[in-house]
Amino acid sequence: MSTLTEAPPPLAPQAPASKPPKRRGRFTPYWLLLPGILWLVVFFALPMIYQASTSVQTGSLEQGYKVTWHFATYWEALSAYWPQFVRSVLYAGTATILCLLLGYPLAYLIAFRAGRWKNLIMILVIAPFFTSFLIRTLAWKTILADGGPVVGALNTLHVLDVTNWLGMTAGDRVLATPLAVVCGLTYNFLPFMILPLYTSLERIDGRLHEAAGDLYARPWTTFRRVTFPLSMPGVVSGTLLTFIPAAGDYVNADLLGSTDTRMVGNVIQTQFLRVLDYPTAAALSFILMAAILLMVTVYIRRSGTEDLV
Amino acid sequence: MEQYEPDRLSAVQRAAMRRSFKNGRASLTRRSLLRASAGGALAAGGLGTLSACGIPAAGQTQGGVSAEDHSVKEKTVNFSNWTEYMDVDDSGKHHPTLDRFAQRTGIKVKYSEDINDNNEFFGKIKPQLAAGQDTGRDLIVLTDWLAARLIRLGWVQKLDPSNLPHAYTNLSAQFRSPDWDPGRAYSYVWQGISTVIAYNKKALDGVEVKSVSDLLDNPKLKGRVGFLSEMRDSIGMTLLDMGKDPADFTADDYDAAIARLQKAVDKGQIRRFTGNDYTSDLTSGDFAACVAWAGDVVQLKADSPDIDFLIPDSGYVTSTDNLLIPNKARHKTNAERLIDYYYEPKAAAELAAYINYVCPVDGVKTELAKIDEDAANNPLIIPDKAMAAKSHAFRSLSSKEETEFEAKFAKLTGA
Repeated sequence: MSTLTEAPPPLAPQAPASKPPKRRGRFTPYWLLLPGILWLVVFFALPMIYQASTSVQTGSLEQGYKVTWHFATYWEALSAYWPQFVRSVLYAGTATILCLLLGYPLAYLIAFRAGRWKNLIMILVIAPFFTSFLIRTLAWKTILADGGPVVGALNTLHVLDVTNWLGMTAGDRVLATPLAVVCGLTYNFLPFMILPLYTSLERIDGRLHEAAGDLYARPWTTFRRVTFPLSMPGVVSGTLLTFIPAAGDYVNADLLGSTDTRMVGNVIQTQFLRVLDYPTAAALSFILMAAILLMVTVYIRRSGTEDLV
Repeated sequence: MEQYEPDRLSAVQRAAMRRSFKNGRASLTRRSLLRASAGGALAAGGLGTLSACGIPAAGQTQGGVSAEDHSVKEKTVNFSNWTEYMDVDDSGKHHPTLDRFAQRTGIKVKYSEDINDNNEFFGKIKPQLAAGQDTGRDLIVLTDWLAARLIRLGWVQKLDPSNLPHAYTNLSAQFRSPDWDPGRAYSYVWQGISTVIAYNKKALDGVEVKSVSDLLDNPKLKGRVGFLSEMRDSIGMTLLDMGKDPADFTADDYDAAIARLQKAVDKGQIRRFTGNDYTSDLTSGDFAACVAWAGDVVQLKADSPDIDFLIPDSGYVTSTDNLLIPNKARHKTNAERLIDYYYEPKAAAELAAYINYVCPVDGVKTELAKIDEDAANNPLIIPDKAMAAKSHAFRSLSSKEETEFEAKFAKLTGA
């Protein structure tokens, strides 16, 4: 059963309704842009330049750091920490796929089937945001404790034997294993997947489903040929909003992981704050940024959506 | 299904969890960390390093170390300390010892608990101190290795002994002359911290633990052992276990200790390296035993009867948190008077009765017994002779060693 929504917005571009604004207002757009631009310059561009400069410096805390255009730092950082890079991409990728698998049905339900429960379910999705990221992650330590019911159940059902075989867990526990880190990432970034998916799905005209039905498409075909392609902008922005922060995250790996689950975010944190090797930390940040930019560009090109949401 | 008592467990765990992110010497919060890295990067970025001219040598300070002392005119002192490191009255709003100081001297203490992590705090004050500017703080509390670094960099002021009669007389012999500040010219101890082995009796289930070797080798504890992410504590305890003295070891000894820990990591013996959050692992039983800070364990013991600690026969590592006056502080004399005040046995006893760390003040025992008999007899708070004999400090490291050792330790912990 589908419901009728209001008519779709006209496809033809609207005719210019008013005359071009008076000359006096010519600078208005720039004035409106100014706060945003200033913000970007001070809090994004300047630190970026500073970090770029740091990454090619050499020296020590005592002697100070000088720009020596020591690009070898990049190579050294990459060759020393490539396993953590690979791990970050792997964990973030797995978490993104899990988020999509969990989030899509839920977003679909909220958009099309929830009826009067819609608002309640939306609140349930967003509610975890009202508590701190850290507390939510620490709660997982209680949920997944070795002696707790979750691990007990997984053991009884021999699920852990499967994950052990996959190399996701080791022994009879979930905490301090890759599985726990991926679960934490999935949980923490799930709303970032659901919300764009929902906005995308919600905009789909219900009459398209009816039309598909009228043309004898079965529900699955309708989904495959109509709903899913139309929700692609949501899928793309959802995966980006999940993957990018997940790849740089270090809190989950720190609290739920072990020595063999450290991600590149952990390395940057350690190098910057503990080892005080600022150039390596800066170089790692740039490598991560470049890698993510590259992956995102390829992804957006291949998925064929350039307008997100 | 295994037995699980959510009510009892969760109460303890909640307490432990609260502590693990609120309290703490190495507690790490996402917020504070973001603040630290962003703050550090931005503050430095804003300093006009835009032209990529590098970071100035850290030791340079423009225009001397001391600012004009405004102590007489401005009857105030800005004191930055760690969270939950000061006595609090029942209402939770007043610090009785600080109030008494204000009453007696007329000096108002602006007390802020804005130190959460040594590395983070260093990132926060580094830009100002490197540029020779006032940090807005007259008195700060830092762990010994960071205190040593600040002294090495020339970022803290020499203390005036004439303002510190009690401190000079009452400082325990154990803390009198660390190799990084001989004769305590720049620093005085706020509290001492003992690194011990803590265990959960229920989780151990009869397995005997007596030493760091047991933690590293006993196959029954596989995957249920924790070590600290503080390099000096984990390595120091391992060195002691190997018969070396953390106060006097070579680079080879260090490498041997790393190798010993690496072996345990490789075979999955060590579950994690943690900051303060080991407290929740220990109470939930995920850690059967771990290297821990005695101050935390005293509190954990009060919450849960399963938690206890032991001191290995090979000894334990003692570190200190130290009071320092940063360069350009406006109220140096007032800060010195506050240091001296906490070396009067009465004030020291009140503080020791509230926080459970090693009290560095001689002659505090009788005063403490008046407030809390048990605390006065607790060797973790006032070390007896046997305890003091087993205590070892970690030697100070040169800047080069520090980077090298931290890098090796970082590799051990996975990053």
